[in-house]
Amino acid sequence: MLDEVLAPAPQENLQERAPSIQAAATRSTCPYCGVGCGVLASANGADVIGDPTHPANFGRLCSKGSALGETLGLEGRLLYPMRRQSDGAFARASWDTALDQAADGFRRIVDQHGPDAVAVYLSGQLLTEDYYVANKLMKGFIGSANVDTNSRLCMASTVAGHKRAFGADAVPGCYEDLDEADLIVLVGSNAAWCHPILFQRIMRNKEERGAKLVVIDTRRTPTAESADLFLQIRPGADQALFCGLLVYLAKLGAFDTDYIGRHTAGLERSLKAARSLAPSIEATAASTGLREVDIASFFGWFAQTPRTVTAFSQGVNQSAQGTDKVNAIINCHLATGRVGKSGASPFSLTGQPNAMGGREVGGLANSLAAHMGFEPAYIDRVRRFWNAPRMATREGLKAVQMFDAIARGDIKALWVVGTNPAASLPNANAARAALSKLELFIVSDNVTSNDTINSGAHLLLPAQAWGEKSGAVTNSERRISRQRAFMPAPGETRADWAIFADVARRMGFAGFDYRSSADVFREHAALSAFENDGARAFDIGGLARLSDAEYDALEPTQWPIRDGDGKGRARLFADGAFFSQGGRATFIAPATPTLATTLTKDFPLRLNTGRIRDQWHTMTRTGASPRLARHLPEPFVEINPSDAERCAVEDGGFARIATPYGSCVLRAVATDRQPAGHVFAPIHWTDETAEDARIGALVAPFVDPFSGQPESKATPAIVTPLRFARQGFLLSRGSITLPDGVWWARVAVGNGYGYRVAGDLSDDGWTDVIRAAATSEDVIQLIDETKSLLSGAAFVGERAALIWALAPVSPSWDLALELFARDRLDQSARLSLLSGRSGRQLTDDGPLVCSCFSVGQKKIEAAIQQGCRSALDVGKATRAGTNCGSCRPEIQRLIKVSLAAESAMDSAREDQTSMKEGASDETVGF
Amino acid sequence: MTGLQDCRSREKLVVVGAGMAATRFVEELTNRALGRYDILVIGDEPRLAYNRVLLSSVLAGELSVDDIELKPRQWWRAAGVEVLSGCKVIKINAASRRLLLDNGESVDYSKVALATGSRAARLPIEGADLPGVHVFRDVRDVEALSRLGKEMRALVIGGGLLGLEAAYGLARRGVDVTLAHVMDRLMERQLDAAGADILRLLVEEKGVRVLLNANATRISGSGRVENVEFADGQTIPADAVIFAVGIQPNAELARQAGLDVGRGVKVDDGLKTSEPGVFAIGECAEHRGVCYGLVEPAYEQGRVLAMRLAGQDASYGGSVVSTNLKVSGVRVFSAGDYLGEGDARRIVCKDPRMGLYRKLVERDDRLVGAILVGDTNGAANVLDLIRSGADISSMRDELMFGAPMQEAA
Repeated sequence: MLDEVLAPAPQENLQERAPSIQAAATRSTCPYCGVGCGVLASANGADVIGDPTHPANFGRLCSKGSALGETLGLEGRLLYPMRRQSDGAFARASWDTALDQAADGFRRIVDQHGPDAVAVYLSGQLLTEDYYVANKLMKGFIGSANVDTNSRLCMASTVAGHKRAFGADAVPGCYEDLDEADLIVLVGSNAAWCHPILFQRIMRNKEERGAKLVVIDTRRTPTAESADLFLQIRPGADQALFCGLLVYLAKLGAFDTDYIGRHTAGLERSLKAARSLAPSIEATAASTGLREVDIASFFGWFAQTPRTVTAFSQGVNQSAQGTDKVNAIINCHLATGRVGKSGASPFSLTGQPNAMGGREVGGLANSLAAHMGFEPAYIDRVRRFWNAPRMATREGLKAVQMFDAIARGDIKALWVVGTNPAASLPNANAARAALSKLELFIVSDNVTSNDTINSGAHLLLPAQAWGEKSGAVTNSERRISRQRAFMPAPGETRADWAIFADVARRMGFAGFDYRSSADVFREHAALSAFENDGARAFDIGGLARLSDAEYDALEPTQWPIRDGDGKGRARLFADGAFFSQGGRATFIAPATPTLATTLTKDFPLRLNTGRIRDQWHTMTRTGASPRLARHLPEPFVEINPSDAERCAVEDGGFARIATPYGSCVLRAVATDRQPAGHVFAPIHWTDETAEDARIGALVAPFVDPFSGQPESKATPAIVTPLRFARQGFLLSRGSITLPDGVWWARVAVGNGYGYRVAGDLSDDGWTDVIRAAATSEDVIQLIDETKSLLSGAAFVGERAALIWALAPVSPSWDLALELFARDRLDQSARLSLLSGRSGRQLTDDGPLVCSCFSVGQKKIEAAIQQGCRSALDVGKATRAGTNCGSCRPEIQRLIKVSLAAESAMDSAREDQTSMKEGASDETVGF
Repeated sequence: MTGLQDCRSREKLVVVGAGMAATRFVEELTNRALGRYDILVIGDEPRLAYNRVLLSSVLAGELSVDDIELKPRQWWRAAGVEVLSGCKVIKINAASRRLLLDNGESVDYSKVALATGSRAARLPIEGADLPGVHVFRDVRDVEALSRLGKEMRALVIGGGLLGLEAAYGLARRGVDVTLAHVMDRLMERQLDAAGADILRLLVEEKGVRVLLNANATRISGSGRVENVEFADGQTIPADAVIFAVGIQPNAELARQAGLDVGRGVKVDDGLKTSEPGVFAIGECAEHRGVCYGLVEPAYEQGRVLAMRLAGQDASYGGSVVSTNLKVSGVRVFSAGDYLGEGDARRIVCKDPRMGLYRKLVERDDRLVGAILVGDTNGAANVLDLIRSGADISSMRDELMFGAPMQEAA
């Protein structure tokens, strides 16, 4: 799969489809990564294309975005409130009952155990309005800051790094910087897969303007393949590299002393720390594992290139020193004055569509609201604005701590909204176990089943999904865009903000009488401007008085948008004006690079986790697209060939990956893209989509001291080989239950589900599985004992309802997928399911006539055309019928048929001729 | 016998029997050594040799008897072969190298090739000789069966090749046909259970009712066939019964002449019998303990004997038994160790709805047997590989599914 794996994300070209749907389309924003691409969606969502006018993407979409139309089905959707009954099953409940249960439950637990006994855990995929109401309810009325979000796992270190350096969580630059920079440094970012549209902007800049690209990563990713310089750095060593750079810039005299002098503080301390960490290129090389010559190139380019953007992502953030890494990068930009200038900025690439919106609201345990913390003045201000009876007065518990508190029993009620912590948190098995202890466990989601729901949720609240809900999101460049509904909300699903508001009202709180998301947004905007006076970066007071119609029509806009300020600002801090005291940015002295864990004999490798090109998070949405499933359909682990050999793991075989926290079974891919000593596994698979492939269960729960973000990319692990007697696939119209001991991974395929399976079942065992899954007696089969291959298909009518292939070596499923998606399979297509060959005819020269010499009808007809007039003649020409002779009747019949046709044509010709002769004056058309 | 006197200088070769083996032998011999022998063919059927394999097509009304004549009279004449039809050799006097005919005449020979074939067997059960009980062997049988009317019910006993052919032919004529077979599957000597099952489905589609595990114990009726009774107690009413329960080599002539005879006339690898100058080929011969009942070994034997008599080196080492026929309109090929039990490895592909079954049996990467039902494409190649014992490890898919079409690059 190498070439395919390395392929950059394909892009959809807008020009081809745009005109047809543009007229009637709804403008919205893609629900995946933080690039925040604009989309145009047709009324039913069947067609979703890029919005040519959206400044994030100008009409382009990546593979995931292009497949959005395939992900809007209602299969598996949660359509009604559901309550778990005593028998463990869910039963439908009315909204009244469900909201009462939620409100009463929260009220009772707060009354008995205090406000910190309840918590909400939110998602970067919620809309800003959802975040706002949840945050207001918890921090202003329930009185607890136990509001955290899956953004904690994603961007928290950047938030902390921004606050430390700039005094505010504000991204200085914008996407145009990627077009205008002369040097782009990507750190811990596989943008080619994870932010494909931005990566394409970078590549275009490279091609058209000759910008240089430096990629710093532990893995040789597809992004790295495109770099002018790839620095395959040792994990956790990023501070050392950027400290080395700071020292180098100082030595070279490349600092912007004017900028430093006027707008910053703390350089000396920071430079001193840098000098002790990485005094020279040699020392930097020793710390980072990089070649001196490469470091020198990078440093040289950075020093010489005023227009430099350093963009970073999870490779920096997901670290127990993530905040220091962010600051080590920002230090170099502050020192060169390259902050918020055209083509020159540090730039955090966000992972989620509205992680930024959540940050702006303050929907994090360590923020209060609207870029305000827990200082008494802020608490008082927010209290007055909300007219809040019970303000949270201190930070709440961040994600990992929150689940520890649940495990301890300190938190007794949890409301999870739009995320799947039982799969995505580090040490996810412990998180799952903690969930089962809750007295009240509410989940608002789109699905009836996921790892979190199946960890003992008591109450399920059906939320509107993308395409149904309406509100605001903010992308990586501070650009607020509208997500707009283009489909009716199915069943009894509701907007998340409305669900929170209803619960708040039922708890007896005033101030939640919103009529629309526009109401919520206006209040949010007003709070951002409330007693702001330029003191807080996040200010969208200019949007606080939007009419409903203006809100609906809101164009993508970058904040701040202060009151009276018509449009937003693309860049911040070019002229200083930071938000820390004195308006100066702060240089930070990063700690000595170290990882939170150490390797041992039992766990000698480092497990890195990440994303793949065509899936998103836990695949709730992307998993519904057959197209996206084609890229990498199975959970896998990438391992350096030398490690694979040492671990006796075969490329393409299976491996068990174990850490002190958990283990899973993955397909092994031996590749030198992965450095020796480190393995990589994607995060997307859960118990919904695979057996024993929850990578979150393996990740160590150690967190950054400033951001609380866990170190998800460096857990000590061991890899052991696993062999199965057979592996292969089943394609089924419906879902299949596989017996214990069978490893499986499920993806969407055209017309159903594809299961990749492996196991040690006997022939009879597999036959039982197949029989249970087959819905028809019309079965074709290939049993090849020489290859230990079992394959076949069951048909309902002319469609394949089940296709399977199992062998010691995984059989290819491409052809099967294609045929499974068809509505009609003829005999040759049926057979090609077994032969694995496309387009094969039963015989290449027509239906077989003579078995003895394998002569087909077409060959015989050809002989007749050439003048054979008897079976004997045909026999002489083709050998047909010259052995047993049993085909001679058929040959004679063919002769008769051919000659009859010929004579008919002859007589027709004669007729025409005579007609012509007889009607020579008339025009006879042929 | 005037013609014979003109060629007194040539060696006299008499072929006893004028069936498919005899015809192929004569053809092979005259191709190789035209004029070397003075050849006389004596057949007891009152017509020139015909293709017995196609009798079911005649029964089905698809062909006339004339259509299945193997060689026209001119061909025999051109080959310088004299043919005596409707005449039976009743004795071989080996000592004087003379044959006695049923018309009282006698013929001297220098060499004689016995190609007397076989006859259909009947079950030794009560009522087996009642009027309305038939066999299915030659043109006369076909003529008798052709007289059965559309409203009549026929019961074919025997689910081998011949029984299926008879049942199919009758069904095509519109006769209401039941086929009763004592075994648990059709054509058990050529097919395994799965292949036979698919064949049964296909045969039933053609309008033949199939009874398996049906052991006929008695044929009853007053003056002619009315019912057939079975061991399990069921009784099937029938207006005609056709026995297709195997064949018996016609070896009496040889036995009377004192030749070594087992089931058939025993021959060595040179097709020689125990008597000098006497050879035997085809269904009447027994080679290495095997009497073949198929046309292919008979052709091979005919070719070997022709080569030897033409003065060439040739030897018959036995045939890999294969069947490659249209059975009841269904293509069936079977060869070698078609069951493939024990340490054999099997590759089986089946599509019952489409009437397709393909099975290859191999040992140590060598093809040892095969069954092809429905699609017999590649059968000749399969048979060659079974015979040659070539390594097939690189061509399994091709054998099973045919040569791949050109894939787009």
